[in-house]
Amino acid sequence: MILHDLLSFELLRVIWWGLLGVLLIGFALTDGFDMGVGALLPFVGKTDTERRVVINTIGPVWEGNQVWFILGGGAIFAAWPPLYAVSFSGFYLAMFAVLAALILRPVGFKYRSKRDSAAWRRGWDWALFVGGAAPALLFGVAVGNVLLGVPFHLTEDLMPMYDGTFYGKFLGLLRPFAILSGVVSLSMLIMHGAAWLTLKTEGMVQIRARTIGTVAGMVAAVAYALAGLWLAFGVDGFAVVGEVAKDGPSNPLYSEVTRGGSWLAAYAERPWIAIAPLMGFAGIAMAVRGLREGHEVSTLLWSKLAITGIIASVGLTMFPFILPSIVDPNSSLTVWDSSSSHLTLFVMLVAALIFMPLILMYTAWVYKVLWGKVTEDDVTANSESVY
Amino acid sequence: MELDIVELSRLQFAMTAMYHFLFVPLTLGLSILVAIMETVYVMTNRPIWRQMTKFWGTLFGINFVLGVATGITMEFQFGMNWSYYSHYVGDIFGAPLAIEGLMAFFLEATFVGLFFFGWDKLSKVAHMIVAWLVALGSNFSALWILIANGWMQNPVGAAFNPDTMRMEMTSFFEVMFNEVAQAKFVHTVSAGYVTASVFVLGVSAWYLLKGRHVALARRSIAVASSFGLAAALSVVVLGDESGYSASHTQKMKLAAIEAMWETHPAPAPFTAIGFPDKEARETHYAIEIPWVMGLIGTRSLDTEIPGINDLVAEADARVRSGIIAYDALMTIRAERDATPAEVRATFEEHSADLGFAFLLKRYVDDPRDATEAQIVQAAADTIPGVAPLFWAFRLMVGLGFAFIAVMIYFFVTGNFRGGQYPRWALRLAVIIIPAPWIAAELGWFVAEFGRQPWTVDGVLPTALSASHLSVGDLLITLAGFVIFYTVLFVIEMSLMLKYIRKGPYMDVDETETWTERHEHRLRTHDGKGPFAPNPAE
Repeated sequence: MILHDLLSFELLRVIWWGLLGVLLIGFALTDGFDMGVGALLPFVGKTDTERRVVINTIGPVWEGNQVWFILGGGAIFAAWPPLYAVSFSGFYLAMFAVLAALILRPVGFKYRSKRDSAAWRRGWDWALFVGGAAPALLFGVAVGNVLLGVPFHLTEDLMPMYDGTFYGKFLGLLRPFAILSGVVSLSMLIMHGAAWLTLKTEGMVQIRARTIGTVAGMVAAVAYALAGLWLAFGVDGFAVVGEVAKDGPSNPLYSEVTRGGSWLAAYAERPWIAIAPLMGFAGIAMAVRGLREGHEVSTLLWSKLAITGIIASVGLTMFPFILPSIVDPNSSLTVWDSSSSHLTLFVMLVAALIFMPLILMYTAWVYKVLWGKVTEDDVTANSESVY
Repeated sequence: MELDIVELSRLQFAMTAMYHFLFVPLTLGLSILVAIMETVYVMTNRPIWRQMTKFWGTLFGINFVLGVATGITMEFQFGMNWSYYSHYVGDIFGAPLAIEGLMAFFLEATFVGLFFFGWDKLSKVAHMIVAWLVALGSNFSALWILIANGWMQNPVGAAFNPDTMRMEMTSFFEVMFNEVAQAKFVHTVSAGYVTASVFVLGVSAWYLLKGRHVALARRSIAVASSFGLAAALSVVVLGDESGYSASHTQKMKLAAIEAMWETHPAPAPFTAIGFPDKEARETHYAIEIPWVMGLIGTRSLDTEIPGINDLVAEADARVRSGIIAYDALMTIRAERDATPAEVRATFEEHSADLGFAFLLKRYVDDPRDATEAQIVQAAADTIPGVAPLFWAFRLMVGLGFAFIAVMIYFFVTGNFRGGQYPRWALRLAVIIIPAPWIAAELGWFVAEFGRQPWTVDGVLPTALSASHLSVGDLLITLAGFVIFYTVLFVIEMSLMLKYIRKGPYMDVDETETWTERHEHRLRTHDGKGPFAPNPAE
């Protein structure tokens, strides 16, 4: 097939790096409020009916939202196979914890209100809390570890090997900077969940969500600023040595990488990327204001802007690195040496261009059909059919 | 047994995949049955069909959620436990998985919420379309997953790239229209339709035995037995298609399933029953039916099907050729662009056998250092476990024919004998509810265990594919999955049984309207002749 030569390998790699960001942001914007709502559940809903209202705000949409996560996994596999291979096996036990939490969550939504027992429902409420809060925290911890560098190296056969014991794989992930990143993502998603509940609920549930969301937004701003300072003064960055063939074969060992210097050097080279952290701070500020004053639609939009800015800032700061290695910098994965082949990237781009607009269209339609608040009356009147 | 990473990783993958596959077949079939019921409702306007849609829809939902939840594990487990596999074939294997998300899973998951929550927010026709979109999404999902799996069985449209040390896609169309994938897709979704039909049939039969919800149960049996009959026929016919494609793509798997040690003069006989012995390489007490195997496998009377011993000899030659490829690869890797052209040419000539050299990596770090005994052993390793495949296959096929018989019986009794189902038949329908799940799991086993010792047939050995984790890691997650999945299974079964016992949720509003109309009809009837037709009927 000659068709794929229409777009250069280099350009396709940059496009897929961008699409990786789009998928992660898409996941955080949609499934993010589900996780935030899960983390908020025990605190904003005090009675059973209130909790059912909270769950039913996301009841019809969580399945679709979760596909962003699945698709993220599939797209990393298809477009960045070495990243898929190294990261998920390297973070093995953390991934297992995330999977367990994410499996618990759908089951909780569906099964919680299928029995009348109070103990049954209380148990699932905690499951939903863990299923929302744990991944929200762990995703941030993972991002923090990526910025710090991960202890892996590739053999000559490109087999990923991990240096470190069991502790290196789970407890070892809990380095102070990574925990701070976890706080950023958890508080950011709680704020996002609160913004969603502001839009979809009323009365006491909404008031409680707005209060907690305001605090969470402030925590997110402070933690994000601290993480930025820490990156500036306390974390070593990585840099590619010499010229890289941007359309060369995807073999990470073909390029030389050094550790040292600062990640934030990227802002001197490409000052325009400062727009991402600015979006993050401005989005949080406006979302917090919206939560305090009770704006509904705009608060959610500001919260989305904040999340987009924060996630984009990580990717733009690290470019072209995707997964640096702390023990063998030459094994680090970058945009130029860890993608799929030219043909596969092209085929996947065609598939994405066909289906992404369709997905966005029908998802928007579903949200439109479901537009409006979920009330206690809705839940009690349809007790049999809703969650 | 010594605890080894590869065996533990295989055990975990098998367990999580087979567990996931408990929920998938019912989702595939029940989504369509529910959409059919809702279509009848929209066409006839009879509330009973709406009640049926909602009742079976509730059971569909309880099952669906676990299919979704356990599917999450599948999407990530390749990277977690099979990192070398992910690196080595991700360029091809990742694409159908990602397209599955884009094309199918988004569709199914976005609309399933609306199916449950949209009854009062959508028009009848719009809601019916939503039900069909869920069914369509589920079935597309199976298509792309089986394109990915089909590539592991028959790796077409790809070539090895020495620079990146991996397989890379050369033709997306060959990957997509892989004959193995297409045969597997229709066979698998048909198996899902049979599963759902047997389920609906069995639950409805239980209601008839108890004398409950008779109207719902009778109509459900009518739908399930006609849909199930078509599906049961297609699952067997298309399973035969899978066998036919295996005869030229996966010869070793076919020979192992049939315990065919020697190549027979065509047409080969079919061994109905026997006791395969892998050590002695013969089948004891075999009962053979002449010609049948040759006909199924080759659809001709004069094409030979190679036996296991000949295939091992073939593998032996390929291992030796693979070592030549490996040697050339090492030169290419050291010299890169300075590699002499004749070394490149040697590599091209032998690269199709590179995977066979990797079989030696179990015994020796560098395949070039392999001894004669190790080469012979590596070739012998290409024989999968013959006896388990032989028996699993026969049990699966037996069940397949049994489903045809059951469906014919209920179809004929329902349509031509006034629906007078005898109690023994109803009891039988209840008892066989688990049977399609057994058949489906056996089918999975035959396909994947039969692929051993490869993860990708002839390309990458299983022993090389696993992540370098520690035994401790594996034991933690394996125990975690066993406990977690067992708890979820118990909860799922208890809810399923609770909702089956509870029966359909009475749709009060519509039933009242229906009763009012019916009473009006009784009041206005003059006592003679038939009732006037009801406007809602």
